[in-house]
Amino acid sequence: MTINAATPVKLDVPQARPKHQSMLAETLRYILRNRSAVIGIVIIAALILIALAAPILATHDPLLPMIGQPGYSGRLPARPPCVYVLGCSTDQPQHYLGLDLNARDIFSRLLFGARVSLVVGFASVIFSIVIGSLLGMVSGFVGGWLDTLIMRLMDVLLAFPSLLLAIVIVTVLGPGLQNALLAISIVTIPVYARLSRAQVLSVKEYEYVTANRALGATPLRTLFVHIFPNSLTPLIVQGTLGIGTAVLDAAALSFIGLGAQPPQAEWGAMLSVARSYVFTAPHMVFFPGLAIMITVLGFNLLGDGLRDALDPRLNRN
Amino acid sequence: MVFFIFRRLILAIPVLFGILLITFLLQRLIPGDPCRAVLGERATDAICDAYFARIGLDQPLPTQFIIYVGSAVRGDFGDSLRYGRPISDLLAERLPVTVELGLTAMIFAIVIGVPLGIISAYYRNSALDVGTMIGANIGVSMPVFWLGLMLAYVFSVLLKDTFLALPPSGRLPAGYEVVPFFVAWGMAPDMANASPIMVFLSRLNLLNAVLTLNFDLFFNALRYMILPAVAVGTIPLAIIARMTRSSVLETLGQDYIRTARSKGLGELWVVMNHAVRNALLPVVTIIGLNFSLLISGAVLTETIFGLTGVGRTLVDGITTRDYTLVQGFTIVIAFAFVSINLVVDMLYGYLDPRIRMS
Repeated sequence: MTINAATPVKLDVPQARPKHQSMLAETLRYILRNRSAVIGIVIIAALILIALAAPILATHDPLLPMIGQPGYSGRLPARPPCVYVLGCSTDQPQHYLGLDLNARDIFSRLLFGARVSLVVGFASVIFSIVIGSLLGMVSGFVGGWLDTLIMRLMDVLLAFPSLLLAIVIVTVLGPGLQNALLAISIVTIPVYARLSRAQVLSVKEYEYVTANRALGATPLRTLFVHIFPNSLTPLIVQGTLGIGTAVLDAAALSFIGLGAQPPQAEWGAMLSVARSYVFTAPHMVFFPGLAIMITVLGFNLLGDGLRDALDPRLNRN
Repeated sequence: MVFFIFRRLILAIPVLFGILLITFLLQRLIPGDPCRAVLGERATDAICDAYFARIGLDQPLPTQFIIYVGSAVRGDFGDSLRYGRPISDLLAERLPVTVELGLTAMIFAIVIGVPLGIISAYYRNSALDVGTMIGANIGVSMPVFWLGLMLAYVFSVLLKDTFLALPPSGRLPAGYEVVPFFVAWGMAPDMANASPIMVFLSRLNLLNAVLTLNFDLFFNALRYMILPAVAVGTIPLAIIARMTRSSVLETLGQDYIRTARSKGLGELWVVMNHAVRNALLPVVTIIGLNFSLLISGAVLTETIFGLTGVGRTLVDGITTRDYTLVQGFTIVIAFAFVSINLVVDMLYGYLDPRIRMS
C-alpha cells in the first residue's frame, strides 16, 4: 500500500467546539447544583460588590476621626454603635457599628477593609499558583536531578509551620502589607508545586501526549498547551480554598503588627488595635472578626463545592 | 518496618539541613548591624571588630555556617539580645506553657471532634449532621485570635457572676505555688541549680498535678487553660470532625459492613469495631498535620491570654528585634514540627501495612 502525501486525509472527527461548550455548561450546572458552592458564590459576589462600591456605601471617611466634627460632643473614642432604628437617640450622630479608638467610623472602615482583604487574597494566591505550578510542572516534566532539587526545596519550606515561616519572611523583609502578601505567597508555593507536579506526572502518561510528541510538538508546547490545561482543575479548587487561608493569614500577620500599618483600614489591624479594649468596647473587636470570618467562609464553601462538582470520581447521579 | 523507619529518617536529614540553612541566612539577611543592635549605637568600629571576632562573624560564611550547625546541634543557640540569657534557658521556661496549651487543645479537638464526626456520619443528613457540618464550616473560617478575644469577653465579662465564669489570662491564681513532682518525690531537694530539663518539667502544671495527685492544682490549672485551649482547638476540631465524618461515611458503605450486619452482629459493634476502626487511618494523619495549626494558634493566642509561652515570646522577639531569639525559637519549632510529622508517618506505616510496603 502506498501513501500519497498530496491526498488530504479526511478524518471523521466529531465537531469539537459544541462538545467543549456543553462540557463547560455541564460543569457550571454541577457547580450551581451544589448548595455550598452557590452560598459561597453569593457571599463572594456580595463582598466584591461591597469592595467596589465602598466609597458609595460608606457613611463616613474611613480615615477621618470624628473629633471636632460638627454635631459631635462628649467622649468619642470607642463609642458603641448608634442606630436610630434600634432606639438610639436621634440627637446623637448615627454610626451603625460604632467608633474606633481614633473616633473613626467602624462601618466605613470595614467596607474599605474588604478591598484590602480581597486584593491580598486574590493576589497572593495568583502569585503562588503561577510560581508554584511553574516549578511543579517543570519538576514533573523534566524529572531527574532538577525534580529532586525543586521538590526537596519545597519539602524544606513545608517543614515550617506556615504562619511561622511567613513571620520569619516578613521579619527579614520588614513589616508592611506588601511584604506580608509576598510572605503568604511564598509560604503556599509548595502546595501548588506538589499539586501540579502530581498532575503533570499523571497527565504526561496519557496517549494524547505521546501522540503530540510523535507529531513533533516541542516539549514546551507539549507542557504548556497540552498538559497544563488538563491539570488545572485541582489547582483551581486548591486556589479557591487558598484565598480563604490567605485572608486569614494576612489578618493574623496584621494582628501581630507585621502586616497592614496604621491608619490603613484592614480587618486584622483593626482587631490588633482593639484587642486590649475587648472587655470595655467589644464592638471594636466583634465586627472586624465577623467580616474576616464571613469572607473566609465564602471562599471555603466555594472551594468545597467546586471540589465536589469538579471531581470526576464522584457519581453525579 | 525497620527499613521503613530508617528510610523516613534519612529523608528527614536534608529537610533539617535546609531549616538550619534558612535560619542561618535569616540572621545574615536581616537589615541592620548586629553589633550595634547589641552594643548600642555608639560602639566604635574597633569595638565592633572585636565583637565580631568573639562571636565568629569575622570568619568566612561557610565556616560560620559550620560553627552555627555545630552549636545548634548541641542545643546552643546563643544568648538572647534582649534578655541577655541563653536561648535554651528561655526555651526551658516557656516551652512548657505552649506544650500544655497545644496538648489540651488537641485533646479537646479529638475528644469532641471524632465522636461528632462518627455520629454525623451515622445519622447522615439529619438535623444533627447538618448542624455539625455548618458548625465545622464556620469553625475553620474563624480567625483564632478573634475567637480567643470573644471567648474571653463572653466567659469573663458576660458570664462573670455565674458558675461558668472563667479567668481571661494567666495560668494560675496569683501566689499559687507549684511543687514539681521530682521535689515532692524527694528526687531533688529544691529548684536551685535545676537543669533546663528540670525547669521544663517543673512548669508543666497539669503533669505535676497528676503526678503528685494534687487535685486542687489540677482543677485550677485546667480552669485557666480552658479558654485558650478552646480557642486554639476549634479549627482542628472542625477539621477532625469533617474528616472523621467523610471517612466513616466511606467505610459504612463497604461490603464488609453489610456482611457484618447480615451476620447478626450488634449495630454498635458493627459501627465501632468494623467501620470506625478502619475509618480512623486518615483521621490520624489529619491529627498529625494539625500540629502546624497548633503552633500558629499558640503564636496568636498566647498574647491574648497572657500566657508566656513560645508563641508570645516569639512575637515579642520580633517586635523588639531580638533576632537570636527568633532564630533559636524558629529552629526548635521547625525541628519539633519535622519530628512530629515523622512520628505520624511511622504511626501511619504501622497502622496501614500497604504504606510500609510501597
